[in-house]
Amino acid sequence: MIKVEVRLFAYFREGRGKKQVMELEEGTTILEVLEKLSIDKEEAKIVLLNGMDGPLDRELKDDDVLSLFPPVGGG
Amino acid sequence: MHGYMGKILRINLTEGTVKTEPLDLEVGQKYLGSRGFGVKVMMDEVPANVDPLSEENKFIIATGALTGAPVPTSGRYMVITKSPLTGTIAIANSGGHWGPNFKATGHDAIIFEGKSEKPVYIYIEDDKVEIRDASHIWGKKISEVTEILEKEDGKVKVLSIGPAGEKLSPIAAVMNDMDRAAGRGGVGAVMGSKNLKAVVVKGSNKVSLFDEERTKKVSQEKVKILREDPVAGGGLPSYGSAVLVNIINESGVLPVKNFQGSYTDKADLISGETMTEKHLVKKSACYRCPIACGRVVKLADGTVVGGPEYETVWSYGADCDVYDYDAINEANLLCNEYGLDTISAGATIAAAMELYQRGYIKDEDIAEDGLSLNWGDAEAIVGWTKKMGLREGFGDRLAEGSYILAEAYGAPELSMTVKKQELPAYDPRGVQGHGITYAVNNRGGCHIKGYMISPEILGYPEKLDRLSLEGKAAYAKTFHDLTAVIDSIGVCVFSTFGLGLSDYVDMYNAVCGDIYDDETLLEAGERIWNLEKLFNLREGIDSTHDKLPKRLLEEPVVDGPTEGHVHHLDKLLPEYYEVRGWDEKGIPTEETLERLGLEEYKEYLGLAK
Ligand code: SF4
Repeated sequence: MIKVEVRLFAYFREGRGKKQVMELEEGTTILEVLEKLSIDKEEAKIVLLNGMDGPLDRELKDDDVLSLFPPVGGG
Repeated sequence: MHGYMGKILRINLTEGTVKTEPLDLEVGQKYLGSRGFGVKVMMDEVPANVDPLSEENKFIIATGALTGAPVPTSGRYMVITKSPLTGTIAIANSGGHWGPNFKATGHDAIIFEGKSEKPVYIYIEDDKVEIRDASHIWGKKISEVTEILEKEDGKVKVLSIGPAGEKLSPIAAVMNDMDRAAGRGGVGAVMGSKNLKAVVVKGSNKVSLFDEERTKKVSQEKVKILREDPVAGGGLPSYGSAVLVNIINESGVLPVKNFQGSYTDKADLISGETMTEKHLVKKSACYRCPIACGRVVKLADGTVVGGPEYETVWSYGADCDVYDYDAINEANLLCNEYGLDTISAGATIAAAMELYQRGYIKDEDIAEDGLSLNWGDAEAIVGWTKKMGLREGFGDRLAEGSYILAEAYGAPELSMTVKKQELPAYDPRGVQGHGITYAVNNRGGCHIKGYMISPEILGYPEKLDRLSLEGKAAYAKTFHDLTAVIDSIGVCVFSTFGLGLSDYVDMYNAVCGDIYDDETLLEAGERIWNLEKLFNLREGIDSTHDKLPKRLLEEPVVDGPTEGHVHHLDKLLPEYYEVRGWDEKGIPTEETLERLGLEEYKEYLGLAK
């Protein structure tokens, strides 16, 4: 098992909190985490794995930090 | 004449005269209006190398062809002058309701010349234009000026400077509708130098439309796009622009402590999410804006005021290592009241904190102020802002901006500026394309005239690899030209979260006549950008000024996800000049000027070489 910290932002926090530490099977992908959290992949516009863009099929490693954002913008 | 009102006011403050002149429609269309129009006037009418705070400088307020027209986000106007902060062209944009109300008086722009002997303000009600005594409002804060003038003149809109502009701070803003700012470049000081306190407007004219039916249809279509867009119709109105705090921080490009760090684990304390949860009273919107990104917040004492933008939350927050929303809201209010640019004001305090940290500023320098320059001192950011606004004590030094301050202490490299203007809230070491915008921006350090954060982090209109250099120069050029279009036609740059070039063509043509297509409209933006560049070259601001602070080029990021990276400007800049059709020294070639219809300005090329 691996431990991954998932940080949630904007309305992704509704019903999910700001942060979840998830225990996952080795080989779990980012997409599978989204599914566990019931977040539509189209809605997860910005997916950062340890601060850099994370492809959805990427397998997670122990201690990874995943930051999930719906579409946001400003300036 | 459609879109344009067809009249310009020329107000000579030395002589106390007001003249009405016709707008040359050909010039109006070629330079679009607003920003483009103002730059053209500055180039044609103001001699080279004037002192920005002298009566030779001109101060222009201009609207675009779409300002006040029934299309979305058409509440914008622009202030154009020579900047006392940078020595470059100053182009400062603002929203609210003043711009469309000014245009409703039947004028497209005002050109202010000279300098009044005594403080004055201008009253414009359609064709009635008066230069009035301002002794009763001189020295007053923005809310006081606005209240007094609204009481005297009834249903009017007020544009004004605060004490900072009167006292010629080169980071002073021009304010309108209480809390909207044409913030950057020290435009408020130019107004102050002319003894011009305010411009009050009340208008009853409508913008004439080329095709009323089509305008209505086009407008409905664009409003629908904006409402359905997940950012323009979702994230931005829900959380305000401060929704960026977390995403920029999680990406490791949130400058902390004057760009010494690029990540903080305290960011959520000052995020858009937290503002919404704890401080937001309601949203607010500029004229005809379906996005409504404005915030109204409650201060610690319960007072309800205009809330801060992302940039302000950063400059007073992470940049000063302060994570106290009440203090940030208070400092933001003071900037609005004294008329200071929130980015430069907060970032200058941050630079002073680093000067203090490194022992340049000594305790005795600030002993009499009773305020500290310690990182994270929430009380200090509020206290210093007030002293800057009034130019009291050490606040007088801070009001000069970070470059003059750091230079005086023998450490100009600690001023995080480009062309002496404070950089905004993104560390370019982790967003390479955005660094181009910082370096080449014609008005000095600024993010908004080519917001590469959109493609590099937010994924608008597509997602780019933010650390890659490939294709970034060309991308940045397109963004610079597109923003020049948006500014010059008179709509809000946030509408790009939803709208694209063709949408602006649709709106312009429906209002003004079938004049532009995608290619020619973008080229008009390119024309404007090049004319600004020529203005700067004429003023001696050449490509040796297209640089970034040493820290960003030589010191790798020390923490967070972008640790180890520096900015590669040396690789990006030559490519940018090339895609612009400029020579290796960053000077437009003759062919480029000919292609853009700028032949008449060829003489300035010789001057630059
Ligand atoms: S998006 Fe925000 S700044 Fe732009 S016009 Fe609308 S309310 Fe004003």
